[in-house]
Amino acid sequence: MLSRRIIPCLDVRDGRVVKGVRFRDHVDMGDIVALARRYRDEGADELVFYDITASPEGRVADRGWVERVARALDIPFCVAGGIRSVEDARRILHAGADKISINTPALERPALISELAEAFGEQCVVVGIDSLLDPDGEWRVRQYTGDPSRTQALARRTLDWVIAAQQRGAGEIVLNCMGSDGVREGYDLEQLKEVRALCSVPLVASGGAGTAAHFEAVFRDADVDGALAASVFHSGAIAIPTLKRQLAAAGIPVRPVD
Amino acid sequence: MNVVLIDSGGANIGSVRYALERLGVEAPLTADADLIRGADRVILPGVGAAGAAMAMLRDRGLVEVIRGLQQPLLGICLGMQLLFEASEEGGVPCLGLLPGKVTRMRGGEGIRIPHMGWNALTPLAPHPLLDGIDAGAQAYFVHGYCVPVTTDTLATCTHGQTFAAVVGRGNRFGAQFHPERSAGTGARLLRNFLSERLA
Repeated sequence: MLSRRIIPCLDVRDGRVVKGVRFRDHVDMGDIVALARRYRDEGADELVFYDITASPEGRVADRGWVERVARALDIPFCVAGGIRSVEDARRILHAGADKISINTPALERPALISELAEAFGEQCVVVGIDSLLDPDGEWRVRQYTGDPSRTQALARRTLDWVIAAQQRGAGEIVLNCMGSDGVREGYDLEQLKEVRALCSVPLVASGGAGTAAHFEAVFRDADVDGALAASVFHSGAIAIPTLKRQLAAAGIPVRPVD
Repeated sequence: MNVVLIDSGGANIGSVRYALERLGVEAPLTADADLIRGADRVILPGVGAAGAAMAMLRDRGLVEVIRGLQQPLLGICLGMQLLFEASEEGGVPCLGLLPGKVTRMRGGEGIRIPHMGWNALTPLAPHPLLDGIDAGAQAYFVHGYCVPVTTDTLATCTHGQTFAAVVGRGNRFGAQFHPERSAGTGARLLRNFLSERLA
């Protein structure tokens, strides 16, 4: 049976891992490769590296650190940040990333998803969605979320975008629920359930993990394939081996720590 | 030991080279027929679509080279699928080194395609390629097509349907999962492939 994936997310700025709350006030968390190795040894199933300033600054994630990570890691990893063309994606994949994740550039030009799927296969193409509940009760997507001064609300409904992204060839969707991100009060189960119902490719939940029970709930209630978190892992608030034992005891299939 | 990786044009085949580096083996990525013929071990990695990969191998004059190899050959993921007769993906003929056809995986209730993530292996019988890999050991899979279980299947995996996870006949082997991204289980399979016991 396919295991549910535990995915630490490492936000990268200037070659270092950083973490902020609600996308702001980033603090240094350490060296990329050292943290990547630590998570691998603790039993992370996959890692996501998100170059948080690449897209706002109009550049692609630096392939130097991607290659260093690829040499060191023997679990899969995904790179996000500023990938806006097949050539950008090729450089990151050639450097050794298993998947690339696109967010703002896909919103600006949805055809990018199909171009990447055709060039590298759908399994390489992750579409990241930053989503926030608007006062009218609709979830809508946000773009340029790496830079709070440039973050924009779009008219596009999250649920519509989930469908469109799959039609274009997204092989996986990461839904970052901005309303719950960084506050550790649990994943946005309501939104994730609605998205799950429309999502036939793997779905990864992001935003809100605070306790092991939050992971259990998101796998059990929202039926997501993976759960992504950052600060609870970086701070040590949740240890992955303990988390996995707890999930296994609750009947959720996870990969035992090696 | 002289190991080569066939350059089939896939985007992230560098990660297999890094996995071998971690085992202390420098394996060049090459499309040179003589280098491939002269190697002790040949690995055919592959990510992408079957049609594009076969076209690349044909363009580089490597189809007959691979068919003629006598030394141990390991296909990884799409590289394993290419060892079979044909693929439903684009309806293309493949290398025909192993009997069987690659089929599209069927999704269903709770069964998402592509099959992406860690899943358990079930070895069918002891084999040197599977030394130290126990039933239930997990490996990382990413694929939307699969090879049905045949007499050449060494280990299976189940995602909606049961399919071939590791295959072998004579000196021709394949892993549907990515050993280079399958932590200890993957490293063990690669070490077994490099072992003198295999040849």
